[in-house]
Amino acid sequence: MTAPRAAARSTFWSRARRSRTLAVGTGLAALLVLVALLAPVIAPYSPTAQDLTAGLLPPSPAHWLGTDELGRDVLSRILMAAQTDLRIAVTAAIAPFIIGVSVGLLSGYFGGAVDWTLSRVVDTVIAFPFYIIVIALVFALGAGEFGIVVAFALVGWTGYARVIRALAASMRDAGWVRAARGGGLSHARVILRHLLPNALPQAVVLLMTEIVLIMVAIVTLGYLGLGVRPPTPDWGAMLAEAQPFITSNWWLGVGPGLAVVLTGVALSLVADGLGDAWRVKR
Amino acid sequence: MSGPAWSPGPRAAGPPTGSVEISGLVVETAERDPRALVDGVDLAVAPGEALGIVGASGSGKSLTLRAVLGLLPGGTRVSAGSAEAGGRAGMVFQDPQTALDPLTRVGTHLVEALRARDTEQRIRAARGEVRSRALELLERVHLPDPERAFRAYPHELSGGQRQRVVIALALAGDPDVLLCDEPTTALDVTVQRRVLAELDGLRRERGLTLLFVSHDLAVVAALCERVAVMDRGRVVETGTIEQLQRDPRHPATRALLAAAPRLPDLEPFDGTGLASDGGAS
Amino acid sequence: MSSVRRIGLATLRTLGTVLPVMLGVVVGVFFLLRLVPGDPAQMILGERATPQAVAELHEQLGLDLPLWQQFGDFLGRLITQGDTGPSLVSGASTRDLILERAPISLGIVALALLLAVLITVPLALAAARRPNGPIDHAVRVIPAIGLGMPMFWIGLLLIIVFAVHLGWFPVGGVGTGAGEPIRSLILPALAVSLSLVPPLIRSLRAQLLEVVTADFVTTLRAARIPELRIWTRHILRGGALPTLALLSVNAATLIGGTLVIEKVFAINGIGMLLFTSIGSRDFPVVQGIALYCAVLVVLVGIAADALLGILDPRLRRGSAR
Repeated sequence: MTAPRAAARSTFWSRARRSRTLAVGTGLAALLVLVALLAPVIAPYSPTAQDLTAGLLPPSPAHWLGTDELGRDVLSRILMAAQTDLRIAVTAAIAPFIIGVSVGLLSGYFGGAVDWTLSRVVDTVIAFPFYIIVIALVFALGAGEFGIVVAFALVGWTGYARVIRALAASMRDAGWVRAARGGGLSHARVILRHLLPNALPQAVVLLMTEIVLIMVAIVTLGYLGLGVRPPTPDWGAMLAEAQPFITSNWWLGVGPGLAVVLTGVALSLVADGLGDAWRVKR
Repeated sequence: MSGPAWSPGPRAAGPPTGSVEISGLVVETAERDPRALVDGVDLAVAPGEALGIVGASGSGKSLTLRAVLGLLPGGTRVSAGSAEAGGRAGMVFQDPQTALDPLTRVGTHLVEALRARDTEQRIRAARGEVRSRALELLERVHLPDPERAFRAYPHELSGGQRQRVVIALALAGDPDVLLCDEPTTALDVTVQRRVLAELDGLRRERGLTLLFVSHDLAVVAALCERVAVMDRGRVVETGTIEQLQRDPRHPATRALLAAAPRLPDLEPFDGTGLASDGGAS
Repeated sequence: MSSVRRIGLATLRTLGTVLPVMLGVVVGVFFLLRLVPGDPAQMILGERATPQAVAELHEQLGLDLPLWQQFGDFLGRLITQGDTGPSLVSGASTRDLILERAPISLGIVALALLLAVLITVPLALAAARRPNGPIDHAVRVIPAIGLGMPMFWIGLLLIIVFAVHLGWFPVGGVGTGAGEPIRSLILPALAVSLSLVPPLIRSLRAQLLEVVTADFVTTLRAARIPELRIWTRHILRGGALPTLALLSVNAATLIGGTLVIEKVFAINGIGMLLFTSIGSRDFPVVQGIALYCAVLVVLVGIAADALLGILDPRLRRGSAR
């Protein structure tokens, strides 16, 4: 009758403490969050201060990563953009997580017609190329943070739904779930008390990689002019502004991209570490 | 591989054609902390002889056989001693279900094996000729409709038919020694008998040396004169099947005898029963 | 006879899952316009449009009709003309606008697919040949880095290295002349394929490692069939089939990536049409592109299933699954 999680918990912490992947990943992620939070303090210049006489300077001791077309300090803009992009990525990741886990649990637990219907909805959403549907949605909803968050809530949940559905379906027939059901628990209680806690580790591991995918999508939207409105710095918009100067000032096109990659690596390591500690597959 | 100094064979390296020499063989897991899976095995098989190796699962009998073939499974290695077959060795595996590539036609398996053999002998045979040799092999193992089997995919044949294909594939290399790893375990009893008859017939007909591994004394008794009992990586007892039955010394032998209370055919198959027996599958 | 019936049943089963998805796609595209906060006509024309112009467009889009009637008209036009309404900018049929640009976009897709296979197969083979060797480690680390790489940025990096510094390829656009179009498409296709390679390598490597330990590989080795032939003819084929299925799942990534990369390389394909239509708020064209892409993804999925059925003899006729 007891779900096999009480025992798993203590070993999770002991494995998590020993995992070097997890330590490096969380350390790196924490550092990035700290930099993002402290950006206004540590940025050497204002990210929006223009100096048209000092435009397109190459990297130097005064401007470590040079300046852009309008004379703004690139390093300061990258640091400030970290704040914007990380915040939106995390905000936009919440709704898909909740929707996807719910759909997956319902689909896997009930099976039958519920599963068939929800599976067709998932099939429909994934028939649209992710970038095309996100671009079209943000276009319809209006560019900017609101459009981005709603767009991801509408289409960003299918990854969780598919993984959690399989997990819930495999648990449905397990002895302890049947016993709980036989013991007179309602469907809602079985799902919330027994299935959800056991599906959560997998979902959280997935959340880490989904945040990266969302962040990459946000940066791409910014590059396409559908992201955060200027002059708020955003890695994607910075790359779009850098492209015309790619033949002469190529370094402008490198820094913001590296920032995205670094965030991706950090969260990837966290996902790997958590996956190992929880013993779930990625 | 360096040949043992005592080898009297015609070739400088390796035992005489058709014999098997296993001396001081140790097979370990390839880990930092190796565990011995085969722990000092000495066995010799004379040309044309049939030796059975019996033992419970995990006794190291299959690994010993794979060591003779020179194809140990991943994660294991020979750390001492040697295991060699004189001449060419062919192998028949336990599970005909998985012993053939599911995406490749039966005929293609045979043609590839025949071509590999030809290349070794520096022969360039015409396509049609290789094909007819492959069909001959399928006929030799008494497959009912060789043309159909040639074109079939493995999953389209029955378990017994597939095992015959595996035997034919082993024969394609024109072996002097045939290594059999529980070739009948995955088959039902009537099919088992036919496959055993097949192997016995081939042995007599071609003078093959047989090294036959099984956990089932009854099966080994049907085919082999001499039996080696293995337990926990060592050979604990050897003798004729009658000796072991009459006077089992080692507990492992007694356990195996208890597991196979009826020894059905102490008489080896006579070749005459073969055609009717094998052709009816 | 029975095999005809089985094929019929399989077709029905495919239709049973495909038709609802197709309908869902149409409904989704239809509602795209209705997601606009406020009046879509106002949004399309902008804030400074006269109320009269807004009212005209409102009527042209049929927004004052009941919703079910709007959907009926939309569906009818789609079925009879394969079209989501005339472009609000040029008045041209969206179908024609899309099909006009399809060849160049499909060219990038095809080239990206080819490059992805050319990169994946040797790397996965090398990794599976020596598990835990240096190539295997690299192959396992790359996906973690690739995950956080925006594809358009990979495109920018490729431009910096191969177009600006080495000068091997044009910086953007599509050249004319012998071989030029292909040369112009190589960098964009490479950028798209690189985003596809990590999941493919991961899958193919895992499948190869599974096939290598299969009994039949020992059978073939025991028959002394040359190792090279065992790998190319048997192991690679066995490992490639599940990866082929994965490739069809990734068709959406491939097509979406192609449309984005056109912007990076200034290539006048469907992607460019999408972004100019977004710039001019040409709603029917945006809807049409989303629809055509989704339908293409569904069709690729059906084709891949059929291909899998042909390549895997176990799935042929009377499939057990």
